[in-house]
This record gives sequence, structure tokens and C-alpha cells, in this order.
Amino acid sequence: MTTDRAHSLKQLRRMLLVRRFEEKCAEVYQQQKIRGFLHLYIGEEAVAVGALAALRDDDAVVTTYREHGHALVRGISPDAVMAEMYGRATGCARGRGGSMHLFGAAQRFFGGYAIVGGGLPIAVGLALAEQMQATKRLVACFFGDGATEEGEYHESLNLASLWRLPVLFLCENNFYAMGTALARHAAVPDLCAIPRAHGIVSESVDGMDVVAVERAARAAADAIRETGKPRFLELQTYRFRAHSMYDADRYRDKAEIAEWKKRDPIELFVARLKAASVATDEDVAAIEREVSGEVERAALAADAAPLEPISDLERDVLAKVVP
Amino acid sequence: MTRTTYREGIRTALRTALHDDPRVFLMGEDVGKYGGAYACSLGLLEDFGPERVRDTPLCESTFVGAGIGAALGGMRPIVEIMTVNFSLLALDQIVNNAATLRHMSAGQFAVPLVVRMATGAGRQLAAQHSHSLENWYAHVPGIKVLASGTVQDAHDFVLEALADPDPVIVFEHQYLYAMEGELELGPARASPWRASVRRAGADLSVITYGGSLPKALAAAEALEAEGIRAEVVDLRSLRPLDDETILASVRKTHRALIVDEGWRTGSLSGELATRIMEGAFYDLDGPIARVCSAEVPIPYAKHLEDEALPRVETIVARAKELVARRG
Repeated sequence: MTTDRAHSLKQLRRMLLVRRFEEKCAEVYQQQKIRGFLHLYIGEEAVAVGALAALRDDDAVVTTYREHGHALVRGISPDAVMAEMYGRATGCARGRGGSMHLFGAAQRFFGGYAIVGGGLPIAVGLALAEQMQATKRLVACFFGDGATEEGEYHESLNLASLWRLPVLFLCENNFYAMGTALARHAAVPDLCAIPRAHGIVSESVDGMDVVAVERAARAAADAIRETGKPRFLELQTYRFRAHSMYDADRYRDKAEIAEWKKRDPIELFVARLKAASVATDEDVAAIEREVSGEVERAALAADAAPLEPISDLERDVLAKVVP
Repeated sequence: MTRTTYREGIRTALRTALHDDPRVFLMGEDVGKYGGAYACSLGLLEDFGPERVRDTPLCESTFVGAGIGAALGGMRPIVEIMTVNFSLLALDQIVNNAATLRHMSAGQFAVPLVVRMATGAGRQLAAQHSHSLENWYAHVPGIKVLASGTVQDAHDFVLEALADPDPVIVFEHQYLYAMEGELELGPARASPWRASVRRAGADLSVITYGGSLPKALAAAEALEAEGIRAEVVDLRSLRPLDDETILASVRKTHRALIVDEGWRTGSLSGELATRIMEGAFYDLDGPIARVCSAEVPIPYAKHLEDEALPRVETIVARAKELVARRG
């Protein structure tokens, strides 16, 4: 896949967009332009970028509260995502959702879910709707290693397997359930063991390698479309930043963080593209300029965007107000 | 107009729903082969097949969440939860997802989901199958809540909930499944979102819903024999509440007695009393009275269970006290 120059540069561009976008978010958070929780994906970009490249436009996506990257890669504009973080009327949920609850009907992006594990049953139900309507669409469901001890995780794997539903379970294993390390929260740290026990073909993938992620996701997606049955991928990755902006990151070893940063997914991919003569320093610099401009413009636009009128506070609670 | 049971009314509505709309399907524990814990779906698996009448594993949170997902994906699921006590396992999905998705997505997504469940006591099923937690759901913006106390409403609420674009929780009282009543089929149904004056009266308003409705009507009958004319108001919709009908009745009778099988503390009866105070305080001739369940997990033994629940005699006694008190 590294030989496909256009696709490779597109993937690099997506990873850089997510990285620069989130760096900007952290910056404006310090200026108090964004408030509430802000969970950065920095370090994990290869997972969303690799996996989402394997989907078709009409497949559905269900994610977690660490979903800025997924929303951007799926095609919700940086302007709409940034404005949502700023709580503005031009945001993708008009300031109702914020960082943790991004939505895009046009992109079939069914949202960021902030109750850990809570999105999994939704994904199973979306897949049931696809099955009952006899489409060939699938549902990509992202969640972290922390979700794998929730009851809904086990229930959802069982139901998806039992009913042969087209769900691509994508476990973003960043080795921490907020501040609790995998070895301290999972009795069986092999995260493929439980889905396998439910009869789901499962594979562990290097989540820092965008090419490996895409390759595995494509194979899984093809298999789902062919058999109708769910698949599970564990994507081993690492978040370079703290859990949220409130987190002092006392529970991780500095050396461990430094070790993972040596495998920065963007640097790895750039090095690989250059080594294969697919991209030059100039190509990378050009993408950097483009992406940075896009992010700066999104932040400026969000800053200038109008607030949702107070009179609309109770709008969209119900589709139909009765009696 | 035919005479049938509450259970049969529900089954008729489910059959109609499955027949009329290919997007409709039924899902829940033992709704298929077993025929439903309360036999509401008996025979439907045979008629509509396992794709549309789906037995689920025992995983309330996930099959309710799957209902939400299927509704998002264009289907019209009717999810059955055996009892309101079990529904607590799905509370996360109902409160955090079904009720919020429309608002959080600024109207991009709707959840046209129906969740049916049995509620209430009276069958000696003890403290994990007998509670009345309708108020927990009626508290939450983003969902609608119906509770049927007649055969007609048991039937109609299934279809009305299905026709509504929002998530609707439909409560069926487990003591009423065998109750007989009149059922009229056809399109002309009263709006489920309006309360109904089931019996007109001038001396006091007895405001109630669901399983307490037959008790309130029996009490009104007994009171009539003693010369007290009780008006019985059936709420039907617990969210939203039909303030207009409730307040109109209280303004007419000047006395309010609320009968609610939920516990009194933090209850729907408390909400109703407050709304009456806010909207009709100067029309009242005396304090608002309440008959609720005793503040105890519902016990198994019959004499204890009976004592814990609103009873016809208690309603009669409280009504007489209220009327005797001259404002």
C-alpha cells in the first residue's frame, strides 16, 4: 500500500490533520476557549486513520469520547468539529455535545459515547438493522481496553456472534483504563481471548503502523461482508498525552512514555514513505502547511462563530412535542 | 367492540404492528418460543418468524441498546423487558442514550423505540419483581412514558408508542394482564398523551394511573353509595403530564386525592401534588392527600403485600376524611 502514492499521502495528511487539530485544541484549552473534558488521541492516530480507510462511505461508525480523530477522518469538517468544541451554533451538534459527543448523520457517524462500553450495544443494534434490511453495510465500533471489563462488552460480543451481525469491533488498546494499567484491570491481558471465546475471529495488530491497521481492517471488513459475521481487531497503541486535561498522569512511567514515543505513528510512516521514495521532505512540508492552515482557520472561525440562542435551549429534546 | 383481556389487547396490537409495518420487530427475553413471560406475544413467533420475533439472551442492557441502535438504523423495534425491576439493568441505555441522542446530536438522530415492560405488585412476587418505578422514567427529558389501566389503552398504547418518533416507555401493570374489558379496533383512538376523566364527580378528584385505576374506580363506586361523588382522573401519560385535565378536575371538585402505587418519597404523587399547588392552590378546599405504597420493599406474604399496596378501602377512607374536612 505504501506504493500507492496518492493514498499514502492522503493517509499521512489525515494523521497530520488529527495531530495538529488536537495540538491546537490543547493550546486553546489553556486559553479557556474550550472547557469541560478534552480527551486527546495524540499517539493513537494510526488506528482511526488506518481502520476508517477500510470502510465504505455508507458504513456506520460508533465511537467513544476520544473521537475527534475519528470524526475528522470520517469527513466531518475541522470547522464543524472545532466549533463544537467551542460550544458554538456552527458546531456539528450546535454546542449540545461538545468534545465527547460528536455526530454526523451525513457521514453515518453515530456519535461519541462517554459511558464506557455504552456504544457497543448501539453498534450491535445498527448492525441488526443492516442485517434485517439486507444491506451489505457494516458497523465499525471503536472502544478502548478499559471497556473490555464492562458487562455490555461481553453481552455485545455474544449477541453479535449469536446473531451473526456485521460489526467490526475495534479495540484501541492503549494499555490504560484511564489511570489503571491493563495488567491491573484485565485478568486475561490477551484481549483477543474473550472475543475468540465468543466465536469471533480476532487478531492483534500493531496500532502504531497505519499500513498494518488498514490491511487488517480491510481483511476484516471483507470477511464481514462476505460472511455477515463480526470480527474483532485489537490495535495496540499508546496515548502520548494524559487521559484528559485534568489528568496529572501520575500512574505512568516517564520511561515508558518515552519508549512509546519512539514509535510515533506519524514519524514511522513518514520514515517509511521516504525510505520507499514515495514521499519527499517537500511533500511532507507541503501537507504540514496545508493542514496547519486548515486548523488555524477552523479555530479562527470557531472563535468568531455565533452562540446558539438561549431561546433554543429546549430544542431537539423530542422530535414531537405532545399533546 | 369486543370483550377481551388486557393481555389479549396487547397481543392484538403487537400483531397489528407486525402485520402493518415490515420495519417493526419484537425483541426480548422469551418473547418467542415461550410466548412472553406474560404471554403477550404467544403465537407471534409462529406467525411472523424468528427474524421479527426475536428471543434474546439475558442481557437487558445490550438488547435495549440494540433496540436503540436498530431504531437509529431505520427499524421500528418493540423491546419487551420482563419487569421494571429488570429494566434497571438497562437504565444506562435508556437514560444515557435513548433519551439523549436526539439532543446531543442537535436533531440529527432520532430514536423511534418502544420499550414495553410490566410493573407493579399484587402477585406475591416479592421485592425484585413487584416495584413501581414508573417515576424513575417519568423524571427524564427525552423520553415519553405511558401507563395503561384499561384494556383499550393496553392495546392502543403499543400502536401509539410505535407511531411516535421519540423513545416511548410503555408500562403494563402485571396484575391487569387477566383483566377483562371492552376493546374497540380501528383508527379513532383518543390521544394517549391526554389524561382521561374515567368517572365524573363533584366532591373530589381521585388522580391515578395504571394498576391503581381499577382500585380507584371501585373506591368511587363505594363512595357513591355513601353519597360522595368522586371524579376519577386516569393520567395515562406520565411524561408529559396533562396538567390541563388534572387542574380542570381539581378546580371543579376543589379536593385532590392522588393514588400512586409508587413509594411516596420522591414520587410521581409528589410531582402531581406540587403541580396542583402551583396551578390550583386557591381552588383547593383542603390539603392534597395521597395513597401510596408503604415504604418497604414489597414483601412476599400475601397479607403483608396487601397491606403494603394502595387498597380500595384505604382510598375510600382517605376520600371520606378529605370530604369531611370543610375548607
